[in-house]
Amino acid sequence: MAAPMVEIKNIHKRFGKLEVLKGVDFEVQEGETVCLIGSSGSGKSTLLRCINLLEHADDGQILVFGQDVLHTKDVNHFRAKVGMCFQQFNLFANMTVVENCMKPQMKVLKVSKEEARKTAMKYLEKVGMAEFANADVRRISGGQKQRVAIARALCMNPKLMLFDEPTSALDPEMVGEVLNIMKELAEEGMTMIIVTHEMGFARDVADRVVFMDQGQIEEQGTPDQLFNNPQSERTKEFLKASVYK
Amino acid sequence: MFISNCTDILTTYGPSLWLGVRTTLLIAITGTVLGLILGLLVGGFRAVKLDFTASGAARFFKKLGDLIINLYITIFRGTPMMVQAVFIYYAMLNFIYWSPMEAAITVISVNTGAYMAEIVRSGIQAVDPGQTEAARSLGMSNAQTMFTVVLPQAIRNAFPAIGNEFIVNIKDSSVLMIISITELMFQAKSIAGSTFHFTETYFIEAMIYLILTTVTSLILNAIEKHMNRPSTKEVA
Ligand SMILES: Nc1ncnc2c1ncn2[C@@H]1O[C@H](COP(=O)(O)OP(=O)(O)OP(=O)(O)O)[C@@H](O)[C@H]1O
Ligand SMILES: [Mg+2]
Repeated sequence: MAAPMVEIKNIHKRFGKLEVLKGVDFEVQEGETVCLIGSSGSGKSTLLRCINLLEHADDGQILVFGQDVLHTKDVNHFRAKVGMCFQQFNLFANMTVVENCMKPQMKVLKVSKEEARKTAMKYLEKVGMAEFANADVRRISGGQKQRVAIARALCMNPKLMLFDEPTSALDPEMVGEVLNIMKELAEEGMTMIIVTHEMGFARDVADRVVFMDQGQIEEQGTPDQLFNNPQSERTKEFLKASVYK
Repeated sequence: MFISNCTDILTTYGPSLWLGVRTTLLIAITGTVLGLILGLLVGGFRAVKLDFTASGAARFFKKLGDLIINLYITIFRGTPMMVQAVFIYYAMLNFIYWSPMEAAITVISVNTGAYMAEIVRSGIQAVDPGQTEAARSLGMSNAQTMFTVVLPQAIRNAFPAIGNEFIVNIKDSSVLMIISITELMFQAKSIAGSTFHFTETYFIEAMIYLILTTVTSLILNAIEKHMNRPSTKEVA
């Protein structure tokens, strides 16, 4: 088997006195879709953010694309290859939909305006937002915002996509449109790490589900193993609680 | 009596008053624009949060810069502009020859910059930090994020306060008469001195200031409305 795309070895992360990641080992193979689940405060976001250096792990090793990211000199270049989508979308409010997708390409990848526009339209088309290209991002729905955020990330031609609860801020009727796009990406072979509370989606789309608890990985396996035959007591408790949510 | 004295003053001294108005506006506009540029640089510098990607040298430079900026803001906001004008004008004359006008524009710009820096900084702080994170996650540098994402929004947020500084400058440039700038206050004072119609002259002066500030604030309101219109060109 080829070397994993993401290889995390015994990372620790503290915020002041609070130890949020207590020695996490974690791997993701190229083309894999991994869902991270776990209760609030268990460190899912922190783990995700350590991968693209939005947080800097205090200890341990993180290899992405075979590169030691904790010691990389060119953080910006590295980040461009790792797309990220946030719960709150975080679109640039001073730009239109298409500008959101163009500006980062022009600034980071130094492509021309025309080329940036072409790429932007291609991915807006993909997420079904091409007809809103010139819309004000403050005036579209949450589901549409998240689709634009996905297109914006894809414009950078990332090899790995990180999602931090991409549907948690959405009205229920808009969750589907976003999950469908993510599912499509997974089927096209994009490598994805997704923090989610959508158990149905995890069961349906994930190649592997990872349950995090109190700063550690408590259990992981295929959706079938984890949801239908969990081994650890904590996993069982968590799943029982989330069934009734 | 009062009315006819006023019309007399206006007809006789119209040109000097007009010079006063032009000088006042020149100083207020230049001072506000240069002050804003200074405020953007200083406020932007202050608002930058270095993350772990910053080098040791950058950290040192940032600390030192913050210290100097704090000192600058404290001094210029904590002393009257009139005092700043006389002190800086005469103190610098020991080193360079400069005209009162050059001194006036320098003083009002540097003074405005100290206020603008705080305005810009709070405008920046009002920009959702999630957008900064998103920009960084896309690979944009600290500076690219500041200039393409944060500052444009900060300026929009801060526009009312920036406009207010302009109005303040129209009025407060009057203290620069202390270094013999022929702005409106200086002109009115000389007219009153030669006509002895103090009430009428200063009444006219007050009216001119009122017109200047009212018209300015109407223009600023219109600009603000224009800026806040939805940028939507076509929503399907
Ligand atoms: N920047 C920070 N400073 C201080 N504490 C933080 C910071 N970020 C996260 N934490 C703390 O670290 C712990 C783990 O946070 P994290 O966001 O990783 O959890 P999570 O599993 O994503 O939870 P949720 O499901 O609520 O998003 C929490 O207790 C949180 O309060
Ligand atoms: Mg989280």
